[in-house]
Amino acid sequence: MKKISAVFIVVCLGLMFASVSFAAGTIKIGALFAVTGPASFLGEPEKKTLEMLIKEANDKGGINGMKLEAVIYDTTGDATKAVQLATKLIKDDKVSVIIGPSTTGESMAVIPVAEKEKIPLISCAAGIKITDPVKHWVFKTPANDHVAAEKILNYMTKQKQKTIALLTVTDGFGSSGREQIKVLARQKGFSVVADEVYGPKDTDMTAQLTKIRGIKPDAIICWGTNPGPAVITKNVKQLGIKIPLYMSHGVASKKYIELAGADAAEGVMLPAGKLAVYDALPKSDPQAKLLKDYDQAYKKTFGVEASTFGGYAYDAFLLVTGAIKKAGTSPEQIRTGIEQSHKLVSVSGLFTMSPKDHNGLDLSAFEMVKIVKGDWSILK
Amino acid sequence: MPFDQLLQYALSGLSTGAIYALIGIGFSIIYNSTGIINFAQGEFVMLGGMLTLFYINLLKLPLWAAIPASVLTATAAGLLFERLAIRPLRKPTPINMVIITIGGSIFIRGLSMLLWGKDTHSLPPFSGEEPIAIAGATILPQHLWILGITLVIIAANKYFFYHTISGIAMRACSYNGRAAGLVGIDVRRMVLFSFMISSAMGAMAGIIVAPLTMTSYDVGVMLGLKGFCAAIIGGMSSGAATVVGGLVLGILESLGAGLISSGYKDAISFIILLLILFIRPQGLFGKAESERV
Repeated sequence: MKKISAVFIVVCLGLMFASVSFAAGTIKIGALFAVTGPASFLGEPEKKTLEMLIKEANDKGGINGMKLEAVIYDTTGDATKAVQLATKLIKDDKVSVIIGPSTTGESMAVIPVAEKEKIPLISCAAGIKITDPVKHWVFKTPANDHVAAEKILNYMTKQKQKTIALLTVTDGFGSSGREQIKVLARQKGFSVVADEVYGPKDTDMTAQLTKIRGIKPDAIICWGTNPGPAVITKNVKQLGIKIPLYMSHGVASKKYIELAGADAAEGVMLPAGKLAVYDALPKSDPQAKLLKDYDQAYKKTFGVEASTFGGYAYDAFLLVTGAIKKAGTSPEQIRTGIEQSHKLVSVSGLFTMSPKDHNGLDLSAFEMVKIVKGDWSILK
Repeated sequence: MPFDQLLQYALSGLSTGAIYALIGIGFSIIYNSTGIINFAQGEFVMLGGMLTLFYINLLKLPLWAAIPASVLTATAAGLLFERLAIRPLRKPTPINMVIITIGGSIFIRGLSMLLWGKDTHSLPPFSGEEPIAIAGATILPQHLWILGITLVIIAANKYFFYHTISGIAMRACSYNGRAAGLVGIDVRRMVLFSFMISSAMGAMAGIIVAPLTMTSYDVGVMLGLKGFCAAIIGGMSSGAATVVGGLVLGILESLGAGLISSGYKDAISFIILLLILFIRPQGLFGKAESERV
């Protein structure tokens, strides 16, 4: 009997506290990030960013006088776990909105749960499938890969470059980029004259590049994340290839220049998210101030530079708080509010959502940059 | 096919092949003295690169001092690995030992990840980055370092195993451990030596490739696997056959990527591995051998 009464008291206390917190007006934001595991390079900065922003908002008195409370779970990059935790967030923690998951695979797995339970989900993964076709309750903050690809091809059109050699990594990022560049190239009248690939752990790409050198294309587009592109950049220098080299937005960080060496990276062009190049942006750019503040606050709190990936969580946070200010705190009101976001200035770009577009970013999310003396310089 | 392209494929293949060879010899030294495949070999390659970086960045040592320091540290790690993981084994059947080395490799990788993070790092090249042109093909000074150091290590290896008392004793253990024990050779000590030598060699391989290929906590997996292929092609000999195995593997990979398709690059090396295991399990150059009982 004693046990049961003890449990009863605990439950009562729990209920009391729960009602107390509701009375004070707390908005619960759930988050699923791959904080550990192979995708932790995404999840870790996302978690830190969200925690930092929520603390900041609460210190300033909350949103519309209501405190924010984050319930963040680590999915370890595992889709099954992500689904379980999403259910837990909705059923046990009773959150009004979910930010995350970090990867496309997890997001696709969680989408049916969010749709069924009618809770808005703002994915931090880049896969185009997440919001294409549009799902009523699902949004995402990273720009689609094809936006970056289009940015490169538009620039190439200006330079009158016609033939492309592709060199892509054989993982999800590389193969999705490869498909999308091929489709876009066909639409825009380019011809892909070489289509080479490399493994994510490969350490020497001179063979592929020698072949490309023999074909003499107008430009090389490499699609991958570190360290592959850095190896390729070194190999290009070694082989003395003078063909213009384009990289993807996947390497838009100082780390890439550091790995490849400023000497070898000289002249490489790529579409970069604006966070990477904010100090090179003109003062008139609407994002310039926000990006600078984010980077400095992040550096102050965690001692490292802010990354594009953490920016995805930043975007999601702004979308949610924007919606709460505008529309209200119930899941349906938040969803409607997010869908009405118009030119919302954030890290990844200016978000303009609509019932037909649940990503809301366009070509302006990226800047074409060129590496000059180990630093970014914006291409006009 | 223009000549300069072919030459470039061959040179690229040779320089990657030399790395595979160096790692492959590490495998075969341990195999010959204990009869097990040490799947943690790749992790010592990683340790070489990461430790050098650690000494340069944190202790501010110059490159020439960081290299021997990290080889020594890696050797100490090899010694500890043998003492703590291999030797305490009550019933050292090959399958137990192989599983222990796999466990050890996961442990070392995890520990390095916690210590040094998940980032990829680059080491400065030993002497400049200006490419050297040879008849239309180019290589980097670092490639010469790789080829040179590989040659020196192989020569030293040969000398050690055929002309020093410890080396000869180690070979004796590999032929017949029990008999070697009966004539007064401390077999367990020889096993310890073999782990130390191969971890030092692995670390050296990791250091000389790091300026080209960069290094991170997980580079050991793929390099280890390729080194293993080289050792298999060479029939697990700790001499010239494994070196040739590594070079053949490197050149075939590079020619395959250049002439057929880069999509099949890794497939090529693993198809070779399977073919060798099916058709000539004693290695490309080995004589068929009767089962040692």
